[in-house]
Amino acid sequence: MNKVFNEQRKKMKRFSGTKESKRSHVVANTPDGLYEKCGSCHENVLMEDLQQNLYVCFHCGDHGRLSAAERLKQIADDGTFEETFASDISNNPLSIPGYSEKLAQNRRKNNMNEAVVTGTCQINGHEYAIAVMDSYFLMGSMGVVVGEKITALVEMATEKKLPLLIFSTSGGARMQEGILSLMQMAKTSAAIGRHHNAGLLYISVLTHPTTGGVSASFANLGDIIIAEPNALIGFAGPRVIKQTINQNLPEDFQRSEFLLEKGFVDQVVKREHLKDVLTKLSKLHRISERNGHTDEP
Amino acid sequence: MSLKNTELLIEQLKQQLETLDESGDKNNTLKSELTQLIENAQQEAFNQLEPEDKVYLARHPLRPNAKSYIDTLFDDFIEMHGDRNYGDDKSIVGGIGLLQGIPVTVIGQVKGKTLEENMERNFGMPHPEGYRKVLRLAKQAEKFGRPIITFIDTPGAYPGIGAEERGQAEAIAACLMTFMELRVPIIAIVVGEGGSGGALAIGIADKIMMLEHSIYSVLSPEGFASILWKDAGRAKEAAKLMKLTAQDLHQFGIVDILIEEPVGGIHTQVDFVMKQLKEVLFRELMILIDKDANMLLDQRYKKFRNMATPEAV
Ligand SMILES: [Zn+2]
Repeated sequence: MNKVFNEQRKKMKRFSGTKESKRSHVVANTPDGLYEKCGSCHENVLMEDLQQNLYVCFHCGDHGRLSAAERLKQIADDGTFEETFASDISNNPLSIPGYSEKLAQNRRKNNMNEAVVTGTCQINGHEYAIAVMDSYFLMGSMGVVVGEKITALVEMATEKKLPLLIFSTSGGARMQEGILSLMQMAKTSAAIGRHHNAGLLYISVLTHPTTGGVSASFANLGDIIIAEPNALIGFAGPRVIKQTINQNLPEDFQRSEFLLEKGFVDQVVKREHLKDVLTKLSKLHRISERNGHTDEP
Repeated sequence: MSLKNTELLIEQLKQQLETLDESGDKNNTLKSELTQLIENAQQEAFNQLEPEDKVYLARHPLRPNAKSYIDTLFDDFIEMHGDRNYGDDKSIVGGIGLLQGIPVTVIGQVKGKTLEENMERNFGMPHPEGYRKVLRLAKQAEKFGRPIITFIDTPGAYPGIGAEERGQAEAIAACLMTFMELRVPIIAIVVGEGGSGGALAIGIADKIMMLEHSIYSVLSPEGFASILWKDAGRAKEAAKLMKLTAQDLHQFGIVDILIEEPVGGIHTQVDFVMKQLKEVLFRELMILIDKDANMLLDQRYKKFRNMATPEAV
């Protein structure tokens, strides 16, 4: 996994200027060092500083998109993450032209096999089954393998009586896998239901963006639902809604704060406070703590 | 020739026949030739239906809507309105009726038959309150030990401001999780268009059936084409790639039973298909009713757990 962490820095660079990186940071190489331009306010920030600030812009507070590896680095206690089903890779079940190549390309550039990383980790000593989606991999879309990895993780959590933590970010079901992707919504929700019935805690963290089939299945089934600031969260994408109703959408529409207002998330939590909040929730739910662990400063 | 064009051709031939009749022409040879031509054209078109034709048939304006099925298949149907929270979504009809004397809860997504009815029913595209009405009726069914039968026919959940404000995603997710755990038998039938998560929300069942010329997909062929190729005009091509026909779904093991339709589609012989469907429904319901609830839930879980896995595809 460490190798993957080191890739993060490279990845941030690689995505600069591409269409996918609209809301993350654009790298500029100046004589003074490596700067990044905030995708939201367009101010320049020293990359080193940005990294230290958890990829949140100093100027406007924009929470830049994170790879799964960077997210795990920020949330899991050092050296505690153990990955499951890491080698699962997707094939092209409907033989959609170009899809196999796209998968191969995404595996290469992201140095990961699919749009979700699953495993177990400790959060300030509290053990969790954790899944982290990665929107750099085909927009975090959910196909057969993503659905299978999440379902298998949830089942493992139920069996081992572990609490569950899922960081969602996804454009929805992966259309290149057609109806097979749709059925992942059923499968994951079924597994969450069993975890729920076993009296176990499930915390769902919604990050930018979480829409479509992921938001309409496991992401919205948490006992506790937390959203990062200003994340786009909804069922239909804003473009589709705009086309359908043929009118402009309100400024804050489908953003975390909007959802909080409408009653669909418990809290909007800034990235710098996220690990603290998760730790508090763990204590409040009496999640067992590993002996000898000391809280990080 | 696409089915749509064949239908246009048949329409023309039928008009010629009518003109002949009206003119009092006694040329019986011409008449029987025309009749034969019509039959042949239809037969030929149905011998080689392309996925785009299936899409056309699934959305055919003359195709019976879920309300037609409910009215035909169930006796003493009483509709129940509202989600007890916000309102009554008319794109979803729910209530209680008798199937061969057995009380069942019936839920269906209903498209309008006229423009006016379509406005009222929002073209069969539910809002969150529709899904919450489903949840309410489903839990009520469980309380009274009534099996549930759902009819799927929607382009998808409605993408609008109100729908998002009231939690479309949460409403659908809640349906998925709840239906997995209802301790009564559930049968779902895709009768027309099974569009995306909005369809799946009432598609968790112990037996899943599909009419022969219905479709079920992750998004519409138009949506697929416009995302993949930035060109909604390539929907025909998309339909071919997407594997969205009843036959495809059956092959994937997602659908258990296909209900045959006559040449011309169900709307040409509604009574015949309804009779078949009623028999199959009753037969399957009898099998499910006999099962112990724990076993039913276990089998339902496994059904979806083993569906569309990396090994299965
Ligand atoms: Zn900024």
